Amino acid sequence: MSESSIFITEERIEGEDEGPLAGKTVAVKDNISTDGVRTTCGSAMLESYVPPYDATVVERLKGAGATIVGKTNMDEFGMGSTTETSHFGPAPNPAAEGHVPGGSSGGSAAAVVAGEADLALGTDTGGSVRNPAAFCGVVGIKPTYGLVSRYGLVAYANSLEQIGPFAPTVEGAAELLDVISGPDERDGTTRDEGADSDYASAADGDVDGLSIAIPTELVEGADEGVRERFWEAISELESQGASSHEVSLPSIEYGVAAYYVIAMSEASSNLARFDGVRYGPATESAGNWNEAFAAVREEGFGDEVKRRVLLGTYALSAGYHEKYYAKAQDARAWVKRDFEEAFEEADVIASPTMPIPPFEVGESLDDPMQMYLSDANTVPVNLANLPAISVPAGETDGLPVGLQLVGPAFGEERIIHAASALE
Amino acid sequence: MSEQSVTEEEVRHVAVLARIDLDEREVEEFVEQFGEILDAFETLDEVPDVEREDDLENVMRADEVRESLNQEAALENAPETEDGYFKGPSVS
Repeated sequence: MSESSIFITEERIEGEDEGPLAGKTVAVKDNISTDGVRTTCGSAMLESYVPPYDATVVERLKGAGATIVGKTNMDEFGMGSTTETSHFGPAPNPAAEGHVPGGSSGGSAAAVVAGEADLALGTDTGGSVRNPAAFCGVVGIKPTYGLVSRYGLVAYANSLEQIGPFAPTVEGAAELLDVISGPDERDGTTRDEGADSDYASAADGDVDGLSIAIPTELVEGADEGVRERFWEAISELESQGASSHEVSLPSIEYGVAAYYVIAMSEASSNLARFDGVRYGPATESAGNWNEAFAAVREEGFGDEVKRRVLLGTYALSAGYHEKYYAKAQDARAWVKRDFEEAFEEADVIASPTMPIPPFEVGESLDDPMQMYLSDANTVPVNLANLPAISVPAGETDGLPVGLQLVGPAFGEERIIHAASALE
Repeated sequence: MSEQSVTEEEVRHVAVLARIDLDEREVEEFVEQFGEILDAFETLDEVPDVEREDDLENVMRADEVRESLNQEAALENAPETEDGYFKGPSVS
């Protein structure tokens, strides 16, 4: 199967009759468990896996009256920035034909642009909600770590990932965040913030007096067209009463390396559960456990997943742990501190979401390093566990550009306020 | 790794640790790519020691019996089962 498709599985899951999302349709990324409906993670490993329970966010969607219309295409296990590593073929970008929708939640963003769903859920480990939101010209929110339950999400890198909403408008994304946020006794990393949230009413377009910090490191390297749209958006916010100043975040330069070391290390550990015994494809191997295990993983995992599991195993192996993993944790703490200092002088931090317009289909597949570097503006937010939103900021050469606004921990209202002023 | 790129032997060794069989094409491709990626990770050497403010706390719940998946549901995705158990390959 190599045809380009938005959904991996199209199936209607009806919610309650009433609720804040009654009458709304929602597309759900295929790494979020749905009771009785196949959840593949974009992988041959889980091609026929049918979860016997719902993720907490799915329970909340149903309880809010939403109708789920399908499970969306994604990079295999969330590993990719273009939705081209899916075992089921790539997802299209309805906003820019011939270009990727971004990843890894590309199918979810595409579903919203194409009108296949009113709203969608994705997951963001290093930018996987904000990147496709920017590439497809929709709104996407990466919530503060701990705001949304990860129970029922097939784990890739637990310390970094959060489930987040897509919508055509800031208010729509905020409404969906209101439904899914809040503590969950089945996920010990959730916090009480967001329990009685009203993020939707924060989308009032009021930025009068808002102070915006702009990290030079995240603007200088961007494409010229992307930079132009970015500065126009900042001018627009200033014309509505906001002020801006440039800051330097020296730790940012190490963000991509730190992110990939941590994410790959966590992936190597998380994906050890795929041994073909409790679920997964049947093995033909007549060997012992280790041989059968290695055979099923050779067959079930695609190139990008193997690459990350192997590099993660390497980074954690004897002799290299201090060199890679421990230093990456130092860099993570440094990034967190740099952001905290910037928030002493500013309400929000702004940058282009992606330094580049959408890749052409196939462009990045043979060059993983190029793909990893495209995440430079989004990964620092996950390292620091902060909230961020991507909102459309026009086009360059007919291709969508996104603006990213980052807030302090649990400062979702602030970024929603600011983003709504650009609509 | 800048002075010495990743060797085929190292890629094969780590694949054994990670329990993933690789074919020849994959080994060749990964040797080349891992050198470049690990070189990029080398920049972490420049990161200063940073004091980490650990704001971690344990989250506990009462150790009480709760509803869980029944045996049938727990086994329904397994490729092979026998007498209500998962059936796996021999351990040694």
